[in-house]
Amino acid sequence: MRNWLLPEYTEDVLPQDAARMEEIRRRLLDLFRVHGYRLVIPPMLEYLESLTTGAGHDLDLATFKVVDQLTGRLMGVRADITPQAARIDAHLLNQQGVTRLCYAGSVLRTRPDGLAQTREPLQVGAELFGHAGVESDVEIQRLMVQGLQSAGIQALLVDFSHVGIFRTLIRRATIAYDLEQSLYAALQSKDKALLQELTEGLDAEVRMALLALTDLNGGVEILQSAQERLPQYAEIKQALVDLRRAAEQLADLQVEVSFDLAELRGYHYHSGMVFAAYAQGYSGPLALGGRYDEVGSAFGRARPATGFSLDLRGLMTALEPATDAPAILAPHGADPSLKKIIASLRASGEVVVIDLPGHEAHQAELGCDRQLVKQGDDWKVVAF
Amino acid sequence: MSQITIALSKGRIFEETKPLLAAAGIIPAEDPESSRKLIIGTNREDVRLLIVRATDVPTYVQNGGADLGIAGKDVLYEHGGEGLYQPLDLQIAKCRMMVAVHKDVDYAASVRRGARLKVATKYVKIAREHFAEKGMHVDLIKLYGSMELAPLVGLADAIVDLVSTGGTLRANNLVAVEDIMPISSRLVVNQASLKLKRAQIQPIIDAFAAVVSKGN
Repeated sequence: MRNWLLPEYTEDVLPQDAARMEEIRRRLLDLFRVHGYRLVIPPMLEYLESLTTGAGHDLDLATFKVVDQLTGRLMGVRADITPQAARIDAHLLNQQGVTRLCYAGSVLRTRPDGLAQTREPLQVGAELFGHAGVESDVEIQRLMVQGLQSAGIQALLVDFSHVGIFRTLIRRATIAYDLEQSLYAALQSKDKALLQELTEGLDAEVRMALLALTDLNGGVEILQSAQERLPQYAEIKQALVDLRRAAEQLADLQVEVSFDLAELRGYHYHSGMVFAAYAQGYSGPLALGGRYDEVGSAFGRARPATGFSLDLRGLMTALEPATDAPAILAPHGADPSLKKIIASLRASGEVVVIDLPGHEAHQAELGCDRQLVKQGDDWKVVAF
Repeated sequence: MSQITIALSKGRIFEETKPLLAAAGIIPAEDPESSRKLIIGTNREDVRLLIVRATDVPTYVQNGGADLGIAGKDVLYEHGGEGLYQPLDLQIAKCRMMVAVHKDVDYAASVRRGARLKVATKYVKIAREHFAEKGMHVDLIKLYGSMELAPLVGLADAIVDLVSTGGTLRANNLVAVEDIMPISSRLVVNQASLKLKRAQIQPIIDAFAAVVSKGN
């Protein structure tokens, strides 16, 4: 009998880890709340079209599908909450100004993904709709950094890129779709040899620029060399200025910053600045974000948008589980004075566990270091 | 200073990587052929080598078990290379990925006829894409070694395999009929490592690159 086995890359989160995860989830949502981000709880299931529209083929492959027995239509289990937030902003809230939304929930992925190599990431994130300038990018980036710091992640590095640079090069050189996809893959893996091959027929200036992108990673000094090595298009100049401004705005948060102009993650739906947070002890990014101004148009209302999200399970991979707070053991019984003292202890934040009859032999399992004992007319908390 | 771990396989790749490591000032403390250790120290306290199967190199690097790795393009192609940087073609362990058949078989005629071929290979992804590109129907048979046997005993009509000198093919009455792609070894880098340990990793990449460009 192996009925109790779980599918691969799914797991139960057991009490101590669950306690830590919940603690971080609350801290993050509280942080979002005081920044004016309003919580939304979108559904686990949607019709496939609305779930994957605007987010491209990658998300389609990552989505589990089921047939709706009520309509016969194909539904998907969400693999990312971001497009759901974009749908809510575009269709339901209909605000003209800035909308700030946040969320926390499980998503499913057909294949294991991310730091925790899980198929069920617990996605927590914040999205800002309606503002196109670098100020909103900065707001989201600061929120990400503060969120990770509040979760206890030390020595963060924030890595910046800007997909607008690659997009501009592709547009100016009128590169065909197939080649664009190959160039994207080569840049994403910094495969200079392949890039040399692919760019053979291209205009010399664009070719040099694409090859230069693979070298343009490092500290803030690479923005200067990017200015010298990339073509003098207005869009590229603006992107470099925005990157510098955004990075400067993180200075007071004690994080390291770096740049990697060949980083095109999420290129199929990102449209501007993208960023990721790294920390020692994690073999990949802890949190990811960026601008995705085009996604809303798939829902009939194009809105500038930027946001970030993280997988709480991934975050847990290098964090200590919570230690159970020591509890107080109380006898069972109908004594009103006992009920009163238990209620007041619990109100003060203590964990009070009732010792149910017949289990006196298993008291140690309850994790109590004190007990309630009646002395005269009063109940007293005494050490075991 | 943090520890830098480099994953590579023993044999040809290890031997041909030694000069590159030397250029980066890294001398292995032991020879993996004679040592049974799987983690080998170097003259540099912050650098160690991980001796793994060639096909496992991308997996170790992708998951952060190693910061750097040296893997053939064949292995990377089969793995998919997701989540890895491949900044450098090291131009070592060169060979070719080829289709080979028994010397008495007219491969071109079977292709023209549109025959559905049985193809034995260790490189399922490369083979699948190669024949799909040609518009040929094939049934792939995954083998883990000695592919040359398959056509001889009627298990397959053709094989897809690495060919270096062609000696093994000739010895087994096979001929190479199609060139799929040139293969050489790549330097692969974990994405987070490059960002977090750049000060240590970038000099190693640069030293390797200098040797490679001298060779060309």
